[in-house]
Amino acid sequence: MTVFGVALLAVCTLVGVFIGDLLGVALGVKANVGGVGIAMMMLIAARVWLVRRGVLSHGIKLGIEFWATMYIPIVVAMAAQQNVVAAVRGGPVVLIAGLGAVSLCFACVALIGRLGGRRELPADEVAGIERGGYVIAGDTPPDLVVPAGSPAPAVADRAVPSVGGA
Amino acid sequence: MPQMIQHVLVEQGLVAAFAVVGAVMWLSLALSRRLTAGRVHGSAIAIVVGLGLAYVGGLVTGGQKGLADLPVFAGIGLLGGAMLRDFAIVATAFEVDAIEARRAGLLGVVALALGTVLPFLVGAGVALAFGYTDAVSVTTIGAGAITYIVGPVTGAALGASSAVMALAIATGVFKAVLVMVGTPLVARFIGLDNPRSAMAYGGLMGTVSGVAGGLAATDPKLVPYGALTATFHTGIGCLVGPSVLYLGVRALVG
Repeated sequence: MTVFGVALLAVCTLVGVFIGDLLGVALGVKANVGGVGIAMMMLIAARVWLVRRGVLSHGIKLGIEFWATMYIPIVVAMAAQQNVVAAVRGGPVVLIAGLGAVSLCFACVALIGRLGGRRELPADEVAGIERGGYVIAGDTPPDLVVPAGSPAPAVADRAVPSVGGA
Repeated sequence: MPQMIQHVLVEQGLVAAFAVVGAVMWLSLALSRRLTAGRVHGSAIAIVVGLGLAYVGGLVTGGQKGLADLPVFAGIGLLGGAMLRDFAIVATAFEVDAIEARRAGLLGVVALALGTVLPFLVGAGVALAFGYTDAVSVTTIGAGAITYIVGPVTGAALGASSAVMALAIATGVFKAVLVMVGTPLVARFIGLDNPRSAMAYGGLMGTVSGVAGGLAATDPKLVPYGALTATFHTGIGCLVGPSVLYLGVRALVG
């Protein structure tokens, strides 16, 4: 059932954000501390657990990956509601502080990224990461595209089922 | 007739937002293919178009929520609001290579620490250079350079003036926009092409909207790694801004 995937995602998000709020209260901060990050770790753990028990069904995957494929459109909608006018009209303090902070941090990414040198990842990990890229870009991973004329693979191997949810 | 169309768009806000964002994505992908031969990511163009629409919306309404302040586009506010944004970010974690993420964990922590302190120092330094001498204002503007949420939270905790708060928020929003637009431009030069550097990037840049947009426009496969560290950034900033960082500034400025 697709809704199981959506529900798992929802439960992870809700519990993560709740823990983030609790952490905020415990630390005396008026903000959520890492709620979304905690939710992400819970979802990663949930996937590992489901895969190990062999119960990661196509429906669960579809329910979660649909929202991953909607990521970029949602980010575009987010961009369309930023207070760009205030950012543009900010004046010299805003301009210099923003530019300075961002360029300094970009430089640090270059430095830190090189710490410990580059490591070659095993092929299966690289394949998994690339597949994730296709999903988040809102596409079907290339190995799942059905070539024209070939018999359709089992429903469980397809990114989008032909009829309804699984 | 126009009123009836408007009525439908207002009533079906979220559905209308799907159609609008779909149109923006289609247009951006076409522009990417036709004008740049695919060199500039379609999503990068879409995000710039989104920011442009936000600017127009802000000019027309004088509000703070860009295009979403126009009633017919209110659904954009829901689709791109914190709730669905966080929901989609969590969903991307399903694509994370857990082993690699754990390997780069320490790197993420170092990046988070640097990503909090360095922007604060820059922001506070600029505030001092522009003649702000009281510890509360300097801290608030410095905190604004961390993210646009850390600024006002710190300012509210310390009792900063509303003009200084507005400055801190504007700094944070400007930073988010810069990160969104700048990341695809500099990605190649800063080695942002693997999960490790994406986790460092997320911790250093911090601002969730900036990181979410910047990585989407650069390489979607890096999104979950950057988001993993970036989502801790605001919480940590809100923790140290009104406490450690303020005490440090007060000790220096007096």
